[in-house]
Amino acid sequence: MSANHSKTKKKSSIGFVEGVRRSRPLYLLMLPSIIIFALFTYYPMYGIVIAFKNFTPADGIMGSSWAGLKYFKQYFNSYQFGLTIKNTIIISLYTIAVTFPLPVIMGLLVNQMKAQKFKKFFQVSTYLPHFISTVVMAGMLILFLSPSTGIIAKLVGLLGFKLPNLMGSAKAFPHIYVWSEAWQHVGWDSILYIATLSSVDPTLYEAATMDGANKWHKMIHIDVPALLPTATIMFIMRMGSVMSVGFEKVYLLQNTLNSTSSEIISTYVYKMGLVSSQYSLSAAIGLFNNIINLVLLLAVNFISSKMSDTSLI
Amino acid sequence: MSKAKAVSTNRVKKSREDWIFDIILYTIGVLLIIITLYPMYFIVIASFSDPAAVSNGQIMFLPKGVNFKGYKQLASYAKLWTGYRNTIAYVIMGTLVTLVVNIPASYALSRKHLYGRKFFTAFYLIPMFFTGGLIPTYLAVQRFHLLDTFWVMVVPFSVVTYYIIVGRTFFNNSIPEDLWEAAQLDGCGYLGFFFKIVLPLSKAVIAVIALWAAVGQWNSYFNALIYIRSESLQPLQIVLRSILVGNQTMSAMSTGAAAVEAKQMADLIKYAIIVVSSAPIMCMYPLVQKYFNQGVMLGSLKG
Repeated sequence: MSANHSKTKKKSSIGFVEGVRRSRPLYLLMLPSIIIFALFTYYPMYGIVIAFKNFTPADGIMGSSWAGLKYFKQYFNSYQFGLTIKNTIIISLYTIAVTFPLPVIMGLLVNQMKAQKFKKFFQVSTYLPHFISTVVMAGMLILFLSPSTGIIAKLVGLLGFKLPNLMGSAKAFPHIYVWSEAWQHVGWDSILYIATLSSVDPTLYEAATMDGANKWHKMIHIDVPALLPTATIMFIMRMGSVMSVGFEKVYLLQNTLNSTSSEIISTYVYKMGLVSSQYSLSAAIGLFNNIINLVLLLAVNFISSKMSDTSLI
Repeated sequence: MSKAKAVSTNRVKKSREDWIFDIILYTIGVLLIIITLYPMYFIVIASFSDPAAVSNGQIMFLPKGVNFKGYKQLASYAKLWTGYRNTIAYVIMGTLVTLVVNIPASYALSRKHLYGRKFFTAFYLIPMFFTGGLIPTYLAVQRFHLLDTFWVMVVPFSVVTYYIIVGRTFFNNSIPEDLWEAAQLDGCGYLGFFFKIVLPLSKAVIAVIALWAAVGQWNSYFNALIYIRSESLQPLQIVLRSILVGNQTMSAMSTGAAAVEAKQMADLIKYAIIVVSSAPIMCMYPLVQKYFNQGVMLGSLKG
């Protein structure tokens, strides 16, 4: 996109027909993806109108009567409105607070490991949990945290404590969600920072050694500044998705005992839509969430393009 | 103070502080390795230990009463193997479709002579910012008669903007625009050029996207949860979900000692099933690690 100016001369000499003719093979290459996107991504965007209609499958999207903002009001006035938004924000911000800084720190640590075999083993081990599926992760948590038979209960028991039923505790839910997330992905997420650090000019370290800097000084004064631009972008991008917590793990870990802190917007959309078949209400909540996400992403994109050259678009 | 002296005093001071630094560093490193590996190690030893010993907490570091009861039970569990077979089919077909759909599109998008390039770039990027949401998408899948079919798992969600961006970045950087002009002189048609010259040069990015797609298919359950009803089409993860997450209340069916034993056996099966379902991905990963690392770097570059 950046090289556009060099092409403008050529472009202006080519007309629409000629331009399209020349690009025909390229269009052919894009065709499958365009058809799929049109049918399953763009067509549903039109389907959003059901959020403003009293949709029933029998009447179809066109045939259903208009409802105006009825379903939005129904959501805003419901008990679930405040709850789902609060839970979504808490889980999301807590996740960012833990899983954003830890990979940066891990990247700094790995970069200091000079014993190559240890470093390699450390990296392979910490990447592994990333490949565990969400379902298996949830199953592991349920097994491990069982107050009667779980390994964590046994380990805690060795120290003389009794483990409460954490899976059935609304208070514990955000902690379980966030720290299992950290266990799974911090190692993997550190790859980016390790790679960034590996491209730091080695003469910087040599110069620092000459000036009498120890490893700690070098880490703080060379490595941290080297990571800052990448870390800033990653942070800004994470903040853009604050209102979109992934459905999969929350839904798996959810039960009636912890639902006051585990009901988030996406699980509620699923339950209203596909479990209770309230299509229009569910679509309205989904659209509301989508718009907040869009605003956040655009804001974040604006900030990031102001602060640096990097932006999503 | 002479320069030589300054350097030598620094060196003495440095080695002691750096020694402490290294001790702390490697201690943290070892602790993190234990925290990461122990849960996985525990699952493996628990899966072939005596179920009663596992639930009484007698197993922590070494297996006890080694037996393969859990695995034997799994062998006769037809649902699991149906799920396994389905997942393998979804992974193979899904990965193929993902490649066929995304790689050519990302190549086309990377060419500066693509007429309407800005329009098409926007076309692929907009869904990153705005989507129809669950219900409208569900209605679309229903309308095109894909609900509860094999194809809903491999086609509708195969176009991934992120893969297209990664591919575009790769082609931008590694396939020069004038390569086509050179090929043209040799009498090569455009599509022939793409398949015979561009694709063989792009093995790295193809491998990366194939791996992402394959791991994603293997591990995901969301699409199946929403769009698949028939048991015969359920992927592995849905079967796992019903066993690992769904049966918390099943143990209440019998009472007394029998119930305790049933619960212990159920747990043993869970450990075994985690091993059986995660082993393929875990074993594959170290072999293809370099492609994954490459992918992270490709993904972080801007096109």
